[in-house]
Amino acid sequence: MVYKKRLDGRNNNQLREMEAKVGVITNADGSASFKIGKTWAIAAVYGPRELFPKFLQDPKKGVLRCYYNMMPFSGSGERIRPGGNRRAQEIAMVMSQALQPVVDLSAFPNAVVDVFIELPQTDAGTRCAGISAASMALADAGIPMKDMISSVAVGKVDDKIVADLDYREEHIEEFNPESAHASVSDIPVAMINNTKEITLLQMDGEISQKDLIAALELAKEATSQIYEVQKKALKERFAKE
Amino acid sequence: MSQLLVNERDVVIPGETLAEGLDYLPGENAYRENDKIYSKVLGLANVAGRVLKITPLSGPYILKIGDKIIGKVIDITMSGWRVDTNTAYSAILNVKDASSRYIRKEEDLSKIIAIGDYVVVKVVNVTSQNLIDVSMREPGLYKITGGRIVNINSQKVPRVIGKQGSMVTLIKDKTGCEITVGQNGLVWIKGTPEGEFKAEQAVKLVEEKAHLEGLTDRVEKFLGGN
Repeated sequence: MVYKKRLDGRNNNQLREMEAKVGVITNADGSASFKIGKTWAIAAVYGPRELFPKFLQDPKKGVLRCYYNMMPFSGSGERIRPGGNRRAQEIAMVMSQALQPVVDLSAFPNAVVDVFIELPQTDAGTRCAGISAASMALADAGIPMKDMISSVAVGKVDDKIVADLDYREEHIEEFNPESAHASVSDIPVAMINNTKEITLLQMDGEISQKDLIAALELAKEATSQIYEVQKKALKERFAKE
Repeated sequence: MSQLLVNERDVVIPGETLAEGLDYLPGENAYRENDKIYSKVLGLANVAGRVLKITPLSGPYILKIGDKIIGKVIDITMSGWRVDTNTAYSAILNVKDASSRYIRKEEDLSKIIAIGDYVVVKVVNVTSQNLIDVSMREPGLYKITGGRIVNINSQKVPRVIGKQGSMVTLIKDKTGCEITVGQNGLVWIKGTPEGEFKAEQAVKLVEEKAHLEGLTDRVEKFLGGN
């Protein structure tokens, strides 16, 4: 079987329409909103502030803490039970690990920087949108960072290597009768922009070594596109009138 | 061959390349990797000869020795007061640094400065772990009574003060308020209720438009309607 045309008509390497804005939550020390297709992530950064409970404090450097939450109405209509769950906890953990390599909190021992990521609407690629938004929000909060993190999913749908899968592509067997027995692999990737070092790499499904390398090459190009959107949004925040 | 990639007062983002080649040096909030210099924060580029600095546009207040700050007393200990500095760290105000008058050992410290009071203090010591000592034993340092406290981003404090205090003097003159600006971003305003309100709005305006030019004219225009 071959996957001839992407369900929403995009090219294989084309990302969904993106929109980014910095400074959307005025109460927070830094914030950003990042939309890619129908997926929408809002990140708010608070801190550095005092960390409690005390045993979590690190006397050598500050702690970066992430929270991930899908809003109850954010999915396809089925109400999502609010509050934490195992999936959210795991995603929060991988997100903070994806951001940590660039964030420099050595000037803030025993303190914490909290990153809250809320998703008002989801259509696959939420952790990637969340990381891209969080990276902008951290920069907006003035946290020292050696670089920006840009994140996007790549993968293989049937026989094609594609960038930025949406929900229908992730579940291609349900939505495309032609691909009823197709296999899908979905690989969220986060990269440090200048060096293209990978800070997040997960996968659903299976993929061959050759295809994985091809997919990661595509991810380099795709994360650069995300970076341009992030850069533009950050610069617009302090644009001259 | 070295090449400068940014102009003076350009907005740069973390990880943006500022210059290539070894002729330039990384200053504050910039770092070198191989032969390139990158920014470490979101801010304005500042080229001073061969040194490239970034002036942050946002970010937390970093405590510096000698800074005058406004803090809130949050606890009383055996030997002094614990003061919230509007950062992740609290400071200690020792009894001997609190007043020029001799405070006897058995005196009730809460009679002198109570919990919840605001004080204007000076940072006398900061350790590597950000343990802070502050002092109130100098002219211009005191316990605050009345008025209101406004919280602004500490990176905007230099603009609120202005060159040689021009901005704060302007707001003081136009509103008839007493204003003290702490380096940590807390501003104390005291005057008539209307004056305080006007001054608070003016301070907020400065914070909001801090990165733009012609700020004094803007504030003057805003206060002109008095």
